[in-house]
Amino acid sequence: MARFLARRLLNYIVLLFVAVTAAYFLAATQLHPRQLYEVSNPPIPVESINKSLDAYNLNDHEPVIDRYFDWLGDVVHGDWGRAPKGASVNDEISARIWVSIRLVTIGSVLGVIIGVILGAWTATRQYRLSDRITTFWSLIIISTPVLVLAVVMKLLATKFNQFFDSGFFEFTGETGRHAPGRINAWGDRFQHLLLPTITLAFAGIATYSRIQRNIMLDTLGADYVRTAQAKGLTRRQAVFKHALRTALIPTGTYFAFTIALLFIGAAITETIYSWRGMGVYGVSTIAGQDTNGVVAVVAFTGVCVLVGGFLSDVFVAILDPRVRQ
Amino acid sequence: MTEFVGAEARLQSEMESESRLAAGDSERSAQGARPGGDDESAAAKRLSRKRLIFRRFKRNRSAVVGLYIYGFLLVFAFAGTHIAKWSYSQIDRGEYLKSPSGSHWFGTTQAGRDLFAMTVHGLQKSMLIGLTVAVFSTTLAAIVGSFAAYFGGFIERTSLWVIDLLLVLPSFLLIAIVMTGRGGRGGGVWPLIILITLFNWMLSARVVRSLTQSIKDRDYVRAAKYMGVRGPTIVFRHIIPNISSLLIIDATLNVAAAVLAETTLSFFGFGIQSPDTSLGTLIADGQTKVTTFPWIFVAPSVFLVLMVAAINFVGDGLRDALDPSSLAGGKAA
Repeated sequence: MARFLARRLLNYIVLLFVAVTAAYFLAATQLHPRQLYEVSNPPIPVESINKSLDAYNLNDHEPVIDRYFDWLGDVVHGDWGRAPKGASVNDEISARIWVSIRLVTIGSVLGVIIGVILGAWTATRQYRLSDRITTFWSLIIISTPVLVLAVVMKLLATKFNQFFDSGFFEFTGETGRHAPGRINAWGDRFQHLLLPTITLAFAGIATYSRIQRNIMLDTLGADYVRTAQAKGLTRRQAVFKHALRTALIPTGTYFAFTIALLFIGAAITETIYSWRGMGVYGVSTIAGQDTNGVVAVVAFTGVCVLVGGFLSDVFVAILDPRVRQ
Repeated sequence: MTEFVGAEARLQSEMESESRLAAGDSERSAQGARPGGDDESAAAKRLSRKRLIFRRFKRNRSAVVGLYIYGFLLVFAFAGTHIAKWSYSQIDRGEYLKSPSGSHWFGTTQAGRDLFAMTVHGLQKSMLIGLTVAVFSTTLAAIVGSFAAYFGGFIERTSLWVIDLLLVLPSFLLIAIVMTGRGGRGGGVWPLIILITLFNWMLSARVVRSLTQSIKDRDYVRAAKYMGVRGPTIVFRHIIPNISSLLIIDATLNVAAAVLAETTLSFFGFGIQSPDTSLGTLIADGQTKVTTFPWIFVAPSVFLVLMVAAINFVGDGLRDALDPSSLAGGKAA
């Protein structure tokens, strides 16, 4: 088992290295940090542009391969480089990771819990009215891209605020103006978190209820559930102990896989509600010709994907006795 | 990525239905093994598999409605340009940010462009991108997945490694980098189609591979091999047709995935570039003014959701209809 895990880990590291290297060459050849200096008015002399770009290892007059090895040397020491105007990529990322965590945690946990309960419940009521209604609405919400869903939420919240003449729903940024005192500060955070959380939870509920329902339908019809009932368990006991527990394995695996991706995956939610998290950072590095920044984000995402994959393996091993042996 | 979770979720469920689909194939070949041997064929009128699937699909009301809606949108997207009073790039001077009216059915944008014409144009783009990406990426997935499983060895290891590599790379960021690098040469639809395809086929290819593994030792494949049929021919003649159920479902859902990918890229300004228009750019434009000028956001959003929902309902119906253990069939024979 340990040897298997070690080999797997080594494979992951090689994979990640190749992926990040490929991303570096792509970004270094496709993005043009020089442009940012060239548009300035009054124009900056070429020599000083080159000097700045050299300082940040972004000079496109230097061969890509040389820049790559310089960059790699820094990365080995934990320094992910500089943005075209000199800001440190490390600082930027370490601040934004926490913003992303604060943004997505509650929403995604709520999404998965409510989604699983809803999916399991509707599976036991297949083709009844409640199941049909849930299925219909979850398909509609799955079909609604977050960039529509988040804006609709924002619109509804504005109407609510206007109607009750209140400022209950806040939808720009993480914090705002509030009365002094710790309780008010927490209240303020809560108000800002409410809409993004509802948005993320809705998307999660729709997705997970679909997955859970499909898997649960399979396990409900399985022989071992019938056997459990035959040996004297009530339907309810059989469903909870045998059908639901088995059906949680694939959902759990899937959740473990996606949980790591949540850090980066909320770019749209962050944009619409003006949070400065990792997702928006990824987008802004590309728009800002920030080669080092975008490669760092790619590396971060890659680590997330692999950690997610690893987590889901571990999760299966915990839940599924057949794998443990 | 959370916001693209839909795409991954569907593959999750594909994974589970895969075993059932494979089971269906074995049922079919078992029937083929005893031609005319059963008495039921004489007694009851037997339906061909195609008719059976068609019947099952027809019984699923939401799927049929979805198909009609999609058909309607397709016609609307290409006929709409002829009934529109304006072209999507035309500017009506003086009519800035006007709400829907007789001359501008969906209202106008800040630049005075007609929203109806722009929405139709964007819908056209999405239709084109969705359908082409779906065909390309399912084809690619079918070929890579089945070749990998059928030939094994070096081919299999290499393709699995490439698949893993592409899955580790965040597709959205890489597409955005390439599109930004193209910069002045314009966004254009075709680069976008190629890039989205390139990052969309991997999960399906994995499913195709495991399905192929389960059928590559069937008698009909072996018979063909011993008769001296070449490997690639066997794959195209015997393997791919036998996993067609999965491929049809996959292609359908890829239409939705591609549309969403394009919309998201355009929303952030990495896809279709102004003055060209797509639903994504319109929504990006509309969301900033949604409280004061809601129509700019509403028109493209309604069409986008309608289109994706229609595809998902059709996909759902297809899965029920093609799944041999499905209860949706009712009277199967």
